Amino acid sequence: MAAAAAPDARRATQVLAAQVDRDVAWQLEACVRCGQCAEACHFHLATNDPRLAPVRKLQPLQTAYRRERVPFPALRQSLGLAPAELTAGELAEWSELVYDSCNLCGRCTLACPMGIDIAGLVRRSREGLCAGGFAPADLYKAAQRALDTGSPTGVGWPTLKRHIEVQQEETGIPIPVDVKGAEYLVILSSIEMANFPEVIGALARIFRQAKVSWTLPSRGFEATNVGIQIGSRDVAAALLSRIVEAAERLQVTHVISPECGHAYSALRWEGPNLLGRPYPFKVIHIVELLDQLVREGRLRLRGKDGRRLAFHDPCQLVRRGGVIEEPYRLLNAVSANPVEMPSSGAANFCCGGGGGVSAIGRAEGLRFAAFECKKRQVEAAGAEALVTACANCRNVLEEAIDHDGMQLPVLGLTELLSQYLAAEPGATG
Amino acid sequence: MNAMDLLEFARGPALWFSLFVLFAGSAWRVVAIVRLGKRPDLSEPRDARPFAGAMRGILQRMILRKELRSRSKLGAMQGYLYHAGLAVVVFGFLPHIAFVERLTGISWPALPGPLVYVAVALTIVSLSIVLLERLTDPVLRLISTFDDYFSWGVVFLPLVTGMAALGGWPQESAGSAPLYPVPLAIHLLSVELLLVWLPFGKLAHAFLVFGSRAVTGIAIARKGAAL
Repeated sequence: MAAAAAPDARRATQVLAAQVDRDVAWQLEACVRCGQCAEACHFHLATNDPRLAPVRKLQPLQTAYRRERVPFPALRQSLGLAPAELTAGELAEWSELVYDSCNLCGRCTLACPMGIDIAGLVRRSREGLCAGGFAPADLYKAAQRALDTGSPTGVGWPTLKRHIEVQQEETGIPIPVDVKGAEYLVILSSIEMANFPEVIGALARIFRQAKVSWTLPSRGFEATNVGIQIGSRDVAAALLSRIVEAAERLQVTHVISPECGHAYSALRWEGPNLLGRPYPFKVIHIVELLDQLVREGRLRLRGKDGRRLAFHDPCQLVRRGGVIEEPYRLLNAVSANPVEMPSSGAANFCCGGGGGVSAIGRAEGLRFAAFECKKRQVEAAGAEALVTACANCRNVLEEAIDHDGMQLPVLGLTELLSQYLAAEPGATG
Repeated sequence: MNAMDLLEFARGPALWFSLFVLFAGSAWRVVAIVRLGKRPDLSEPRDARPFAGAMRGILQRMILRKELRSRSKLGAMQGYLYHAGLAVVVFGFLPHIAFVERLTGISWPALPGPLVYVAVALTIVSLSIVLLERLTDPVLRLISTFDDYFSWGVVFLPLVTGMAALGGWPQESAGSAPLYPVPLAIHLLSVELLLVWLPFGKLAHAFLVFGSRAVTGIAIARKGAAL
């Protein structure tokens, strides 16, 4: 990982241009600069800053494409028909646009009448900026930490082992580790391990009732993929290969993506392409599995939460990931008073911290400003508590709620569900 | 060159040249994209029907999602209006159909003259609003390029020259009434300018939009995600 390497505009341009394949070119060529995307972006809506219009974030990618990837680039350059070469100054300026003010949430993609996946193209733009040394220093550090220790926050096996022991003690349920031949491999996001380790106990209770064969790995347990966030295929592939190695070593049939939006995106959709081969196992999100277990009657629930609960849709899970109905079915199963935010589901606003933004120190002010859109949705719904299925969303929402002096608990869906399990005969947990 | 020579030029060599540039340029633009290729997606799809995904992408993006409508720009609604207006004028006006019939032998029933004139008026107003918005909206001003303004001009010009060729507000008999050769030649040349420019600027979205919407529709359908 070229952590905070000396910025190199030429290298950035080359990598940007290399991102452009047929599908990207269709999209870059089709833009009519209508500005619709700006009206969908919470960063633009909250700040009214025209610089933050999503389509403008694609300018370095557009420039690199038009300079390097169109037919006869040298001839065009010599005739003065190609755009000027990207400078280090421009790329440094765009670093703020491509990283700090974009969660890769894809709301702009929904709005584009030309069908341009703007968020997907920003994700590709990050590859160029990262390779050229223009990504935020915080993300380079997190990526290096993830490569060195296995986790972007430095949470290692000793910490997870301690959490497992505590959760075993609290639930009275043995938590399987490195069980060869288990059906499901459970991995966790760094934020779950750092802030919400109770999810391990919740999973233990749920899987015991549903009689699910599962295991945690002692190696390859970190789901967070900072390589996707910073835009480095190499880092992303290296981190992902640890999970795949664990799944293959333990011969599981399924890997459960935890409550983390980008981890799901990395594992479920980008992973096989990063590794260059299909997986020998299936990937399922924990919310998909829980919904399946409830529908199969393997999970029996009792009682409901009486508060007005609203579901915050994690962008990479719902809008971008295709897990749209499942979280609402689960919430309705344990909530007596579910309420919906305006434009809930596929068009919901991001928490403001996705896409690595929560890890960028210099972006904190912008992130809190962008929360204004989410806050308006929450207030319109009259929610007394939020429920979500992404530990990063949960963490970011808690910080923003605290920053705004609001009183609003944020709950994890898996943990909430585990509180309403019907008692089993003879069970102690 | 007298007036009739100019008209013959506009109806003859200039027309054929502009049509050649239109088709060759459009083909070149598509080939330049397709030649780049794409690696296959190795992730397990939720929906493995790419054609269905492409069609959904193409059709569904014709209508802005209701959740995103409240703050949508004036231009979004104008977009529907001037596209519909242009379609009525180009394909519904009797002299245009007669012109195409003379070239290709293909014809279709014309729309009533008054309807076409209303469409012309609405299109002119709508395009003017769009330009005004591009000049005043901070986001649009920032992202606009020469292409945006020039393309606007080459679309607007044939409407104006067309009106001039008809000698102002036309009569019901328009289509059979003789037109002055110079204004008609200018109208034809302005259309030919549009045809020559279309493949190279943003007006190429007339055909590029299908590719863009289709590839995104396919990618999103694979994930079963929101379109």
